[in-house]
Amino acid sequence: MAHAHAHTHDPATYYVPHGTRWPILGSFALFFLVGGAAFWLNGVTVGKYVSLLGLAMLVAMLFGWFGAVIRESVSGYYNRQVDVSFRMGMIWFIFSEVMFFAAFFGALFYTHWFTLPWLGGAGDGASTNALLWPGFEAAWPTNGPANVGGAFETIPPWGLPLFNTLLLLASGVTLTIAHHALIANQRSKLLFWLGATIVLGVVFLFVQGYEYHHAYAELGLTLGSGIYGSTFFMLTGFHGMHVTLGAIMLIVIWFRCAKGHFTPEQHFGFEAVAWYWHFVDVVWLGLFLFVYVV
Amino acid sequence: MAHATTHTHDDAHHDEKPQGFLDRWVFTTNHKDIGTLYLVFSFIMFIIGGAMSGVIRLELFQPGLQWVAPEFFNQMTTMHALVMIFGGVMPAFVGLANWMIPLQIGAPDMALPRMNNWSFWILPFAFFLLLLTLVLPGGGPAGGWTLYPPLSLQGGYNVAFVIFAIHLMGISSIMGAINIIATILNMRAPGMDLLKMPLFTWTWLITAFLLIAVMPVLAGAVTMLLTDKFFGTSFFNAAGGGDPVMFQHIFWFFGHPEVYIMILPAFGIVSEIIPTFSRKPLFGYQAMVYATASIAFLSFIVWAHHMFTVGMPLGGQLYFMYATMLIAVPTGVKVFNWVATMWRGSMTFETPMLWSIAFVILFTIGGFSGLMLAIVPADYQYHDTYFVVAHFHYVLVTGSLFSIIAAVYYWWPKWTGRMYSEFWGKFHFWWTMVFVNLLFFPQHFLGLAGMPRRIPDYNVAFADFNMISSIGAFGMLITPFMMFVILWHSKKHGVKAEQVSWEGAKGLEWTVPSPAPHHTFTTPPKIDDRMLAHGDVAH
Repeated sequence: MAHAHAHTHDPATYYVPHGTRWPILGSFALFFLVGGAAFWLNGVTVGKYVSLLGLAMLVAMLFGWFGAVIRESVSGYYNRQVDVSFRMGMIWFIFSEVMFFAAFFGALFYTHWFTLPWLGGAGDGASTNALLWPGFEAAWPTNGPANVGGAFETIPPWGLPLFNTLLLLASGVTLTIAHHALIANQRSKLLFWLGATIVLGVVFLFVQGYEYHHAYAELGLTLGSGIYGSTFFMLTGFHGMHVTLGAIMLIVIWFRCAKGHFTPEQHFGFEAVAWYWHFVDVVWLGLFLFVYVV
Repeated sequence: MAHATTHTHDDAHHDEKPQGFLDRWVFTTNHKDIGTLYLVFSFIMFIIGGAMSGVIRLELFQPGLQWVAPEFFNQMTTMHALVMIFGGVMPAFVGLANWMIPLQIGAPDMALPRMNNWSFWILPFAFFLLLLTLVLPGGGPAGGWTLYPPLSLQGGYNVAFVIFAIHLMGISSIMGAINIIATILNMRAPGMDLLKMPLFTWTWLITAFLLIAVMPVLAGAVTMLLTDKFFGTSFFNAAGGGDPVMFQHIFWFFGHPEVYIMILPAFGIVSEIIPTFSRKPLFGYQAMVYATASIAFLSFIVWAHHMFTVGMPLGGQLYFMYATMLIAVPTGVKVFNWVATMWRGSMTFETPMLWSIAFVILFTIGGFSGLMLAIVPADYQYHDTYFVVAHFHYVLVTGSLFSIIAAVYYWWPKWTGRMYSEFWGKFHFWWTMVFVNLLFFPQHFLGLAGMPRRIPDYNVAFADFNMISSIGAFGMLITPFMMFVILWHSKKHGVKAEQVSWEGAKGLEWTVPSPAPHHTFTTPPKIDDRMLAHGDVAH
């Protein structure tokens, strides 16, 4: 029987790698990243550089780790069962991301529909309003009874946010066309539509950047604009970070498609990124509805 | 067993442990070595967390301030909880999962072996950051492990460090849980149907789901703390339209499933041990599986019973009270089934069995005090008193920790190929049994009499029970070292263990030699129902 760490691997048995140096590098990277950031936040400036070093190490680690996995995949070490493990890993990772966003959506719903009426004197909040915040009337959007962060205006949903919604929805379609092209083994069509998806994602990010600038410079809407600013920037900000990550993954996948890593039968790397992209798409729909429209 | 013999032969070729320290322990992808790393790490954390509780009980030995400053006392209570929960109990269960799940389902290793390494090796860094706060300006976190704002945001350096440490622990837990789910769902040997899986594996499947569902919520909660402290957000600031009570809701949406994360694998362990030493199959196997799933489901919809006194609407209090009481039903099913398994069994009382029986009795006491706390009007009296402290130490120490110790004694022969001294194992048990009850039982009385938790000084009326409790704590402090000596002696001089180390033990883990070879089940074993302890199989 072939040993798993030999240069050949019996595809009948599950591939178990023997020894790996990437995770410990990743642990040091995370340690520098967050340890440095913690010192930086406390005013120790050298922490900034330690944190950036950690980030660089993390990127290097991810390239090395995924590179090793891609090499093994291309060498045919992975049988169907290994493929299923990867699929489950990705599905449950996305589920964990859903729950991460759920915490911030929960904060939005709770403050919008419970805290705000209570501060305005509804239900059990009658004395809170009368004694602590007399005269405060509950109305969303709000930066609270103390007017934290000063006056601000919100971004109307039916302009750029709607445009962004259409961009992301279109990117879901182009990505699906690309997937069908991959299954039909039409590489140039695949690269075109995958490229279109990347362009749509990048345009989305530019529009978000423009909108942030507009909010800070002209609307007075900042992260410090009470609970509205907090929930607005936290939700759109974390979503934007996920779109950025998704776009980077799409770019990597574009190059892998160009190099011919994927076959119509086996292309889990492509599918995983597609799942992730659809996930950030769905999160955006929730954002558009509850952050912008409601 | 012919089958096992083939494996012995097969595994001889595969039993190549890497030689160097780095290759063996730092670069490893082997589920057994990673399981060992988790267990050793958790043991060290239990000693550190135990030392902190020693400081707490030393200060509380007498009324008045004797040994430490109140600020430091508060750091000790906060850090003791964080270290014990995230560093002690959780990694210990993950370590046991790493060791045993592949052995119990006939898998060659965990589904994602490299990620398994990363899950572990994040932890030492996370706890380094956490413990580092003790020597940074402002000291460690002192607002309680629940990190309620605004108090928790008033610390010095520690705020950012604790939050980032929790992020790292969360990443580790989520990756560990993903790996466990993928392993159980994808790596079972053909014939190991879901409803034939050992209960330890079943409870871990459900626990892993809980972990993936709630650790990200904790990450979100502490991220909002971070931005409130450093970036001017108002999530938990009512002046800006936020709400400090909202933190409690989000925290306990994580926190309540978290307490089941720390007890469901314990249920699995005693469900393995009690049938072995009763020489009977587990009573009501499927009921046990469904009860576990029911408890997990209920854990998501009872969180606000931790905050009855915070000022929530009456309707909310009533709902959370009744929903909480419902949990007693599936838990009662479990306790009944453990007792029914022992009923008319051919019982013997080796060390793992003693810990397991004590688990059933003492965990039930903790469960009943939990029911008392679930009753809203009663909770108005008990809230934030030592009664709560007594309650959760009965479920976490005599519950979770007892099951971990039981598991170590039970599977030790399989891990090391050596038996430990039964006399000293039993001595360890009875010693612990006396001192743990001396430590925690009087705390019920203290709480009912009105002694608040998290204070370094108290009314002289509470002096006697506090002294008894502290004596119990001092007795407990030496137990990890006692256990270490027993296991060390076993490793060096213990009698060689049989393949089936316990008469009556069933399950795939007992079909491989003791000690288990470095690589097992490289090819899936053929499942014969007669070697399974559990499941919808004829016994």
